[in-house]
Amino acid sequence: MLPAIEVKQVCKHFGNLRALTDIDLEIHAGEFFALLGPNGAGKTTLISIIAGLSLANSGSVQVMGHDVRTQYQQARRNLGVVPQELVFDPFFTVREVLLIQSGYYGIKENTQWVDEIIERLDLSDKANANMRALSGGMKRRVLVAQALVHRPPVIILDEPTAGVDVELRQTLWDFIKQLNQDGHTIVLTTHYLEEAEMLCHRVAMLKEGKIVALDSTQNLIGKMITGKSVRLRLVPDTLPPALQPLQISHHDGIAELKIENYAQVEFILSSLRSADIQILEMHLQQPDLEDVFVSIMRNSGSQPK
Amino acid sequence: MTGFFTLLYKELLRFWKVGFQTILAPMVSTLLYLLIFLHVLEAHVEVYPGVAYTIFLIPGLVMMAVIQNAFANASSSMIQSKISGNIVFILLSPLSYRAIFFAYILASIVRGLLVGLGVYLVTLVFFDIPLKLPFWALLFVILGSAILGVLGLIAGIWADKFDQLAAFQNFIIMPLSFLSGVFYTIHSLPIAWQYLSHLNPFFYMIDGFRYGFFGVSDISPYISLLIVAICLLAISLLAIRMLKTGYKLRY
Repeated sequence: MLPAIEVKQVCKHFGNLRALTDIDLEIHAGEFFALLGPNGAGKTTLISIIAGLSLANSGSVQVMGHDVRTQYQQARRNLGVVPQELVFDPFFTVREVLLIQSGYYGIKENTQWVDEIIERLDLSDKANANMRALSGGMKRRVLVAQALVHRPPVIILDEPTAGVDVELRQTLWDFIKQLNQDGHTIVLTTHYLEEAEMLCHRVAMLKEGKIVALDSTQNLIGKMITGKSVRLRLVPDTLPPALQPLQISHHDGIAELKIENYAQVEFILSSLRSADIQILEMHLQQPDLEDVFVSIMRNSGSQPK
Repeated sequence: MTGFFTLLYKELLRFWKVGFQTILAPMVSTLLYLLIFLHVLEAHVEVYPGVAYTIFLIPGLVMMAVIQNAFANASSSMIQSKISGNIVFILLSPLSYRAIFFAYILASIVRGLLVGLGVYLVTLVFFDIPLKLPFWALLFVILGSAILGVLGLIAGIWADKFDQLAAFQNFIIMPLSFLSGVFYTIHSLPIAWQYLSHLNPFFYMIDGFRYGFFGVSDISPYISLLIVAICLLAISLLAIRMLKTGYKLRY
């Protein structure tokens, strides 16, 4: 099947700064894909190159089979981008902005669809308000709406939930999930890794302009060597002999015991009970995307430039 | 074509919504110039036989208003979009660079003509201004506003900050328009200045425009037309090239 986005051997530098080096990436149609990495890793640069806002020094990018340089009009018709910055045109109202944006894509009559997105993004009250009068969260919703006016099959969201309150974040994700279920390919960057873990099928991690991990979310977590563990604060602060082989660390009064599966918790609890040791605190630990992220960012050492 | 018409509509709406500042204010300042010159220079000699100085002055002032507003429209729209970041909505869209070019230029022409027409209509109330060859006047005012629209677009794309744009305006556009014969015929200048005036493309715009009113000009309107058309073509090619390569727009 035709990939939604195909990035081949893309390099980008700004003067001496190598922003992206040999990026190869294929995002399948219908995927929910996350692009993760610390600040300055090159996520926004990569998105900009896909969107045609930035021009790669070498390599090629295709959106739904259209080259973003030579067939830029077809490529851009297939792509909706929600930029990271809260940009807006202060001269117009929300509805004007959306109808004007539709016109840029060659759509003359789009009132019905525009009304529908306004409704679905909960913007109805503000449809005739000037962009200047909107709160940050509302402006963010308009940015999402603007990216959708031409019903693009591929949607890229660059940190859509940065600085957004919990409620809006929830509405936004529900809406984006719905879009994905309707068949849209979704690519997002975010610093909230639990969001990426919850939503995305596949993840690429960028560091210093290179892809350092690219796999399904489950595989990445599954590959973590640090497995499950139990953390305990005990009174008295000693472990019965039967549990001592499981201990992997003990500091600040907290003992961490490694377990292979959750059934072992029963054994730990019964051992403590028979030794008459009380449990003050207990946490079950399992690796999540954040652990994967931290471990990958730590281990993939920086290359000499 | 829908894309082009939408961008044109947006550009027109942009200045129309602040019409007080973009149309009315420049009309008032141009009429103030006229008022001052009228009182100071009333007794000035006839420039052309049978043409009083005030009457001679009016087409020049109209053209100057056109020039300044055509330039201001494209340049301020572009730099505001760049600095506020909302240029991204145009850059993300499939609008061709030609559509972007023509929409910005046409909007500049419209604003220039609106201000020019406004000034002209007000002066008509007080003065009897001949319009012997309206086609020539219209041709030169359109070409002139187009040139300034293109220059505005180039300046808006090139400038990263408002003060760079102001420098472009104050050190290039203002001297070229003030020294182009808006207030005088170049025959009243010393020979060296006359020669220098011939190097100023704005001179041909104003001279040709005035020819449309009085049927007389400092040099042949055909030569002016040729020079103005070549200038427009040359800077248009430059502006289109800037848009095509993404100069200072697509990094």
